[in-house]
Amino acid sequence: MEDSATLAADPAMALKRAQQGKSYWRRVWERLREDKVTLAVIAVLGMLLIMVVFAPWFTIHDPYAGSVLRRLKPVGTPGHWLGTDEVGRDLWSRMLYGGRLSLLAGVAPVFLALLIGGFLGILAGYAGGLLNSAVMRLTDVLYAFPSILLAIAITGILGAGLQNTILALTISFIPPIIRISESVTTQVRHLDFVEAARASGARRLTIMRYHILSNVLGPILVYATSLISICIILAAGLSFLGLGVTPPSAEWGLMLNNLRQGIWASPLVAALPGVMIFITSMCFNLMSDGLRQAMDVRL
Amino acid sequence: MWAFTLRRLLYAVPVLLGVSMLVFALIHLAPGDVVDILVPPEVPKEIADSLRQRFHLDEQLYVQYVAWLGRLMVGDFGVSFFTGRPVAEELFGALGNTLVLALPAAVLGFLLGIALGALAAYNHGTWLDKLFSATAIIGVSLPHYWVGIVLVAIFAVVLNLLPAQGMGFEGLPTSWEHVQHLVLPVVTLSLIPMGVISRLVRANVLEILSQEFVGTLHAKGLFSRRVLYHTLKNAAPSALALMGLQFGYLLGGSILVETVFNWPGSGGLMNLAIFRRDVPVLSATIVVLAAIFVVINILVDVLQALLDPRMRR
Repeated sequence: MEDSATLAADPAMALKRAQQGKSYWRRVWERLREDKVTLAVIAVLGMLLIMVVFAPWFTIHDPYAGSVLRRLKPVGTPGHWLGTDEVGRDLWSRMLYGGRLSLLAGVAPVFLALLIGGFLGILAGYAGGLLNSAVMRLTDVLYAFPSILLAIAITGILGAGLQNTILALTISFIPPIIRISESVTTQVRHLDFVEAARASGARRLTIMRYHILSNVLGPILVYATSLISICIILAAGLSFLGLGVTPPSAEWGLMLNNLRQGIWASPLVAALPGVMIFITSMCFNLMSDGLRQAMDVRL
Repeated sequence: MWAFTLRRLLYAVPVLLGVSMLVFALIHLAPGDVVDILVPPEVPKEIADSLRQRFHLDEQLYVQYVAWLGRLMVGDFGVSFFTGRPVAEELFGALGNTLVLALPAAVLGFLLGIALGALAAYNHGTWLDKLFSATAIIGVSLPHYWVGIVLVAIFAVVLNLLPAQGMGFEGLPTSWEHVQHLVLPVVTLSLIPMGVISRLVRANVLEILSQEFVGTLHAKGLFSRRVLYHTLKNAAPSALALMGLQFGYLLGGSILVETVFNWPGSGGLMNLAIFRRDVPVLSATIVVLAAIFVVINILVDVLQALLDPRMRR
């Protein structure tokens, strides 16, 4: 009795309790709103997405139409403000159209790996026992490969192309997502409120939906967003090696490789696709950091 | 401790078996078999079939797998389709060259990462913290193959200070000229480990500094240098685990940087093998790199257990 009286009298504590009364997602949103860097980064990524998806609205030149007469024009050339590439194609158009494949190959594998790996990990963590052992031992085998080695091995053997790139990167990112999902789920499963739900007769599916999923999805999601930046670098890297998207498609890694020889003639133009990979990857990294802080996740 | 080490070693056996199965399956999943790759399509079917018999490609898959595994176990990786030289010879030469890059890159990346991370944490909230944290996030966001190209453009083309490509001559660096070849690829490779380690060390040190025992140490009148020692000792195990992983990535993932610098390492060998469809070289390189990664992970686990007895479960 005395305790609650002192608590109520303490304004700081009262405030804290009032805040605790708010829903989790509301607090996440409030923290996110205060975080100027993350908001700016999300805005940049949103803008990039719009420009890439609606590339025809933002460009005047055909990204595939080249001309020997205007090869490797420098940045600032009238009519081609970012210059032209090694076969005279407008670089600005190719950067925007190229973003479509680069973003797709950077985001799709993480999304697919999140679906597959998240499902398997949560299942293994919740079921425990034999199923857990089976899933985790298989994961250990995939874990024996550094992710880039696995991706290169798969695309190297199955052949280049967007589909194989997405397949290879998805397989490479499934094991880390399974590990995180399994460990988070195992932790939550042993918490008191899950025991309480079970003791009060809740069905397995209900426990899974209301108690486990709502508590594990946050950390898994945050972890997956941190993989997007790596995936963008790796996907472009595969194209850079000639194992990803095939010419004449526009894709940042492939453009970087094609422009490599042009670095002597037009260094700034040759470096630009790399700048796009860097900016996108950094934005995803900063966004992931911001989400992690806002959602108060520790991994 | 010995029991723990033995258990970890024994556990590597099924993992490596799984790795070999996966690589074998991948190679046989690829469209067409080795003979289709080696022999031009106009060659009569009988000749192709006799070649298949010679390479035992007409046998059941599991028979082929067991035979291949048996040869791997005794270190017989076969002969390169392209050069005709034993794969083991090519692979271990290339691995040595990769190590010449990966070791200094790891040392540079880890030292810088620990220094930047610890300094950022100790100066939490100041402009130094912001500067070092920004450096770390840039380090992990940069596509390192692009950094390699930019460094070549600056230091080899514009300033003409360092060589752009190759290793000079193979083997351990003995002369200044040899070391010059190392500078650009080593700096390029060290960026990611620098960023990753620095971010972890900063987070770890911050967390430890907020714990009660640090306040107690201060209250007991210990010098801040002693406190630093205790902090680092607590931050070490998880940083060590990450360093092991990163070193494995440097060895297994050096293919991009090796391609940029035309470095004759294992990544370069793998790249060549892919484009030449040199199956024996490709499969051996993947299996050996994965095996090295597994061994590094075991070493890290054992070291971690030595530092922190709680890990010996």
